[in-house]
Amino acid sequence: MAQLIKNKQIVADTWLTLELGENDTVESIALPAGDVIFPFAVWQARKGEILARGDKIGLLIKGEDLVEEVAGDVAHFAVIAVNFPKFVDGRGYSTASLLRQRYGYTGELRAVGDILHDQLFYLTRVGFDAYALRDDKSAAYAIEKGFSVFSDAYQPSTTQPQPLFRRRSA
Amino acid sequence: MYKYDAIDRQLLNERVAQFRDQVRRWKAGELSDDEFRPLRVQNGLYIQRHAPMYRIAVPYGMLNSAQLRRLGHIARTYDRGYGHFTTRHNMQFNWPKIEDCPDIMAELAEVEMHSIQTSGNDIRNITTDQFAGVAPDEIIDPRPLAEIVRQWSMFHPEFYFLPRKFKIAISGSRDDRAVTWFHDIGLHLKVVDGEIGFTVIVGGGLGRTPIRGQVIREFLPWQHLLSYCEAILRVYNRFGRRDNAFKARIKILVQALGIEAFGEQVEAEWSHLKDGPLTLTQAEYDRIAAHFTAPAYETAADSGDFADKRAADKAFARWLERNTHPHKVAGYRAVTLSLKAHGIAPGDITDQQLDIVADLAERYSFGEVRVSHEQNLILADAREADLHAVWQEAKKAGLATPNIGLLTGIICCPGGDVCDLANAKSIPIAKAIQKRFDNLDYLFDIGDIELNISGCMNACGHHHVGHIGILGIDRNDAEFYQVTLGGRQGNDARLGKIIGPSFSAEEMPDVVEKIIGVYLESRQADECFLDTFDRIGIDPFKNRVYEGRAHGQAKNSERKAA
Repeated sequence: MAQLIKNKQIVADTWLTLELGENDTVESIALPAGDVIFPFAVWQARKGEILARGDKIGLLIKGEDLVEEVAGDVAHFAVIAVNFPKFVDGRGYSTASLLRQRYGYTGELRAVGDILHDQLFYLTRVGFDAYALRDDKSAAYAIEKGFSVFSDAYQPSTTQPQPLFRRRSA
Repeated sequence: MYKYDAIDRQLLNERVAQFRDQVRRWKAGELSDDEFRPLRVQNGLYIQRHAPMYRIAVPYGMLNSAQLRRLGHIARTYDRGYGHFTTRHNMQFNWPKIEDCPDIMAELAEVEMHSIQTSGNDIRNITTDQFAGVAPDEIIDPRPLAEIVRQWSMFHPEFYFLPRKFKIAISGSRDDRAVTWFHDIGLHLKVVDGEIGFTVIVGGGLGRTPIRGQVIREFLPWQHLLSYCEAILRVYNRFGRRDNAFKARIKILVQALGIEAFGEQVEAEWSHLKDGPLTLTQAEYDRIAAHFTAPAYETAADSGDFADKRAADKAFARWLERNTHPHKVAGYRAVTLSLKAHGIAPGDITDQQLDIVADLAERYSFGEVRVSHEQNLILADAREADLHAVWQEAKKAGLATPNIGLLTGIICCPGGDVCDLANAKSIPIAKAIQKRFDNLDYLFDIGDIELNISGCMNACGHHHVGHIGILGIDRNDAEFYQVTLGGRQGNDARLGKIIGPSFSAEEMPDVVEKIIGVYLESRQADECFLDTFDRIGIDPFKNRVYEGRAHGQAKNSERKAA
């Protein structure tokens, strides 16, 4: 279990993340009730059934999943979790940028997987607002230091859509 | 030269604090070696063969005297009294302590320098032409746009964990002196119908799989520079290979998709970003460009007795011929201080020499110096009237070897003596060749030629684009050297051709001598080495070099003896 950080606090994870077991297929896996984060392929294959449950819906995006395929669906999701298989795999930063800046996603955007202290600042900038910090790392220290590394930034991104050069006083 | 404002300074100081904290956590066991490694390399810190290596950026090659003195101080205080300039406007220190590196970074920050993104899978130091701003063939000064790219790339949140490293070079002159055809992105400034913009080249690179870049866009108006780069980087970040580090550079993605399909993806991405917040403003361009205005040149500078001295002193005339370069302002020249003294590792410079160069710059070149990708230092704005004095002082400091563009002005990586990646030593090869050709008359007779040496296929010594290229390889735990001919940088940049089976270290001076011999015997009138090579092809060289020995067999008696 990771330690979920949100709004600079450790919070309980109220969501169930559905995982495909060895004997499960996208078509056959049972869809549990309650607030569930669904695998990307399950959402795509069984959108109607999932919507019919009436519960809140989450989506898990992994590295090879193409976020543009759910561009029109984002209003359905209360949580989108983006998986980082290794912290040095930076695809999720582009996924988050697209969700926030192009597809208008406004729900919780959660970084899951190999999430460590020194990525929290960059994750925040591209639009993540929930972080499943790896268990063996200090959540207290992450909350104290991890989000305030830099006081400003040169580039536009989700949290500051204007580049520094448009904000600099002449 | 660009001066930091309060925000630039604050961000850099915050980076120093972050790096210091990372080193502390690593020492305390809170960060594992594997977790620390990507963080430290993004701050230029490697763990090497004998000691750490700390790599410092010289953005687009510009240094001032205060920065040179600080580098000298760092060499003295934290290292063994010298540093090494690389082929990408970086300086490397090979013997610092890991624990000292945050302090070194803080010392650098005080003079507006840093080591950030000199390694790691991120956007690296931006490189350009060492004669930017002074070259007679310049169309647009590339430095303001290089600084704009530097700021955009610094701590870019989306592109901090790319599939692999990413290098950008900008050229603003008619002749490309920035190896732009062999960068991940190469930019050529040009003016079309009165509008300033770029030819954008993508997917070039040397290294293990050398590939010449391809034009992805014939003309990009300058205002779109950052949004277009962002589109390229986003496509690369999402779709570049991450399963194999050797196939992770953008050149592999471009080859896999083809330049047309890759270009379509970039254009599709760019259609969303174009005209967005990243669109450059004239106000920002002007703000940055104001830092790169021409210094206070004397109008109609008096050349003094410059011409008389040149006529009277052959050694001075030779130095002028090889180590000084035309300047756009009459009465001025650019001076190359050679870091290629025979017997010294190419690109190496001592703390005392750094101080001397700082003094020379202050006295003779408005307090500024450039670093070239050929690993030399340049005083870009010297008055002709001062050249004799500059020469004498440079000579005293061992910085006036008149071998720029000659056989012994070798580009060479640090190689197996210190580098962890190297398969073979490179510096002893360079020194042996310099020793064999230690005769200025002979060197001048041979004329224009570029000899580049890399100690492994990562190609830091740019061997692929040397007229003569030498690549160190490891076979069965013995070091061998593969030779290529006909490579070149510039507008017509291309890769050299492999001459044949590799050679032992001991054979290399003979091999180079035989290659030079074929050229000298075959050349016509005013042909330089490349002209002759292009006319007669590789076979005459091959025949001479392998004469009297079975092809495919490198001599290995020395290896057996060892």
